Amino acid sequence: MSAPLTPSQTVGPFFGVGLPYEKGEQVVAPGSAGVIRIEGQVLDGNGDPVPDALLEIWQPATGFGRARTDSEGAFSFWTTKPGATPAPDGRVQAPHLNVTVFARGLLRHLVTRMYFPNEPDANATDPVLNLVEPARRETLIATNSGGLLHFDVRLQGERETVFFAI
Amino acid sequence: MSEDEREPPYLYPDYVGTRLRAPAKPLVHLPDGFHDFPAPLFPRTIGKLDHDLTRQHGGEPIGERIIVTGRVLDSDGRPLRKTIVEVWQANAAGRYLDQDDQHPAPLDPNFSGAGRCLTDDDGRYRFITIKPGAYPWKNHRNAWRPAHIHFSLFGSEFRSRLVTQMYFPGDPLMPRDPILQSISDQARRERLVSRFDPEATVPDWALAYQWDIVLRGRAATPFEHEP
Repeated sequence: MSAPLTPSQTVGPFFGVGLPYEKGEQVVAPGSAGVIRIEGQVLDGNGDPVPDALLEIWQPATGFGRARTDSEGAFSFWTTKPGATPAPDGRVQAPHLNVTVFARGLLRHLVTRMYFPNEPDANATDPVLNLVEPARRETLIATNSGGLLHFDVRLQGERETVFFAI
Repeated sequence: MSEDEREPPYLYPDYVGTRLRAPAKPLVHLPDGFHDFPAPLFPRTIGKLDHDLTRQHGGEPIGERIIVTGRVLDSDGRPLRKTIVEVWQANAAGRYLDQDDQHPAPLDPNFSGAGRCLTDDDGRYRFITIKPGAYPWKNHRNAWRPAHIHFSLFGSEFRSRLVTQMYFPGDPLMPRDPILQSISDQARRERLVSRFDPEATVPDWALAYQWDIVLRGRAATPFEHEP
């Protein structure tokens, strides 16, 4: 007998007092061996920045990070690149981060993944990327941008990020 | 996908903020197992007084002191032990300690409005706070949010993650609130409404409200003997 689940509600615009914390964007400290910096922007259906979003990344082998967007919709994380991981069906998943998105206007959170641009072979055989229509796969793959990785989250619109049912 | 997993919808036009932020394309479904991994290990430590929002400053906040308590359960109804619960809320006047909150109501120097705790061995959490005020927002003419406390929970699995809001019984603003009404089914909406709890009320000190939270996923079966 399963208990009825508690429904979700939006994080609202004023989560800043409760959820972000100092150095939350540092899954690993800047300066650590192998550290990478990820920068991106959260954008709405008009392409306008979303200044009241909160992102979480979760790498089971590395750690957890939490960062809010600023007035330009921009966020950043420090972490290390994870390795390939086994899929439940025995295949191999390309290195990726699990990304969760909360915002005012999102009645439920969204879940997506960030893959790495320097893994073309692993990405080509990744079982999750292969479930996504080819034209939309690029929304899940970060781009190299002068020594850091760039990953935008488009909530709606033509180049809408792929989000996963969870 | 069960009804529980469809509601609230991403797009609910009466809540204007969803119109440009709800994904327009269907979510991609992954085969079983791809999201079956443990919940994040939350790195933040919990201080001894983090559950008491009335004792974070030199003096006591203005407002009606209340106790908010309940259990965090998995979808089989089993308690989730030692799971983190984060809360945040407006003060008694309906104002958040947030530079973007423009409501012309006073800030309270003795109230920040954020708390954290871990559930106990019965899955129980307990906060001491003040009852938040209703406040206006710009969604539509004369729009007011019912009094609410925001909750954030991780549970045991990645799929358990929940951010939601707890409301107070009998609040006349609830039927007019598009955020709550985005859930179409009344029984489901009522899962977000706490109940007055005379048993947990502390005489001569504070009223108590009881609210249980059910997360997706299963609690790990406790099998270790603890000292």
